[in-house]
Amino acid sequence: MKVKQISIFLENKKGHLLEVVDALGKAGVNIRALSIADTSEFGILRIIVPDPDSAKKALKKGGFTFNENDVIAVGVSDRPGGLAAALKILSENDINVEYLYAFVTKSEERAVVVLKTDDLDKSIKALKKSGISILQPKEVYSL
Amino acid sequence: MFWDEELETISQNKLKELQLKRLRDTIGRVYFNVPFYHKKFKEINIKPDDIKSVDDISKLPFTTRQDILDNYPTGLLAVSRDEMVRVHTSSGTTGKPKAIFFTKNDIDRAADLIARCLVMTGMRKNDVLQNMMTYGLFTGALVMHYGAEKVGILIVPAGPGNTERQILLMKDFKTTALHITPSYALYLAEYIKSKGIDPTKDLYLKRAYLGAEPYSEETRRKIEDIFGIDVYNSYGLSEMNGPGVAFECEYKEGMHTWEDNFVVEVIDPDTGEVLPDGQKGELVFTTLQREGMPLIRYRTRDISRIIPERCPCGRTHRRIERIFGRSDDMFIVKGVNIFPQQIENVLMSIKGVAMNYQIVLESLDNMIVRVEIAKDLFDGNVMHLVNLQNRITEELRKEILVKPKVELLEPGTLPVSEGKAKRVIDNRTL
Repeated sequence: MKVKQISIFLENKKGHLLEVVDALGKAGVNIRALSIADTSEFGILRIIVPDPDSAKKALKKGGFTFNENDVIAVGVSDRPGGLAAALKILSENDINVEYLYAFVTKSEERAVVVLKTDDLDKSIKALKKSGISILQPKEVYSL
Repeated sequence: MFWDEELETISQNKLKELQLKRLRDTIGRVYFNVPFYHKKFKEINIKPDDIKSVDDISKLPFTTRQDILDNYPTGLLAVSRDEMVRVHTSSGTTGKPKAIFFTKNDIDRAADLIARCLVMTGMRKNDVLQNMMTYGLFTGALVMHYGAEKVGILIVPAGPGNTERQILLMKDFKTTALHITPSYALYLAEYIKSKGIDPTKDLYLKRAYLGAEPYSEETRRKIEDIFGIDVYNSYGLSEMNGPGVAFECEYKEGMHTWEDNFVVEVIDPDTGEVLPDGQKGELVFTTLQREGMPLIRYRTRDISRIIPERCPCGRTHRRIERIFGRSDDMFIVKGVNIFPQQIENVLMSIKGVAMNYQIVLESLDNMIVRVEIAKDLFDGNVMHLVNLQNRITEELRKEILVKPKVELLEPGTLPVSEGKAKRVIDNRTL
């Protein structure tokens, strides 16, 4: 149920994001979803890719500082209030969302949101129980 | 074990006697043979015979770095230039360097002091010393080389850099000791780690001698831990032969100063007054055995103190504490005196910080501390990085009383030094 996400440290310097994305592109890695968290001094690029291992290989070769961790991908209906429904369930179960970002999908009826919470297992259970769809890794990578 | 047991454990009384004899001899030679000193002594009406005890040395004038520069290149020689067999220079940041000349006997004595230091720290004939200092005008590599050779140690004169080859040499020649700059040692540690080499299993290292740059006690411990070795603090400066002026013994509590070769004093840097043992001040050295270029009361600008207590190792030569700072390295931010080592101490004690760092002085009130984050501790969490940044800022503020701006950098961003590290970048136009 969990999806692999790669986080890359971005030092606050010109062209750094380009270097990372360029390294991935040259290695033939297609970025399925991405988000950047930043402070005034540095940032973290988070990406979801179909083949995390080859992405890691390319990043390692480029000397980047990165880390892999698990997140969940939730399918919410693409209409007003869709995301709120999912978040409400987490809140009721006392789960904190650390961050989330949206996927670029080609399908019209549903939006996919990447979620990192302080308890992924509990989140999966709670969301499933409420009938919210959680995407399988395979599904996500091939979106 | 001792290299020269008789001299290393000589009684305090006998040592004083020997010092006086050698001091009077040195003063006689500079008075008659070095016009610079002759003139200086005349000015304050001092004759060699006025020196009746070692303590009378305080009547003599100081020699400063500027004096050596003013007399560049051969103005301070006490014997003919033809007797000199080597010249070393000490890096001057601007203009001319300081030139230090050695006769054949001077070289031999400098080597002998190094031999004492090496044997004192456990080195024997069967050891292998990989000398990663720069061979050349700088005293570090060559003086150590001659000393190690005297003990009968196998020397691998690798010089600095080419890390891949260094590791090959360390493996193939079963290197047991390194002579290395602290910044290169830290780099080597990271490099070895990245190659999956376990220094405690794959290498044969037992000890390392760090030199050429100041480093903190935390850095020493870090290097000891990573390599699983002993690191001995030492003190030296080109003007006093280079390395081997003072060295730690197995107890690692202060560095024995070879008092049969040097008179060591600690003075108040502002008034020039001699301070009692135990008090912190500027180190001042007088050579007692040097033929070619004797120096009287040379002001080192290094801050330390004399430890008068006897050392359990049996050596009677008094110890000096690790150098608190070189007054040249000190900089002032917001009116506070700061030594780079204070910053290094803090950084090395914080987990999550890699080993390379840089201090950038932007104005009289602003400094930036640029720190590389440790690669293996990056977990992708922004809050953790922000917390790390705040913690570094706060710990530094506690130590130096000024709040620096802390920048987190990716590992490998800062220039890697394979020689002397440049830690402080001064962008101020004063």
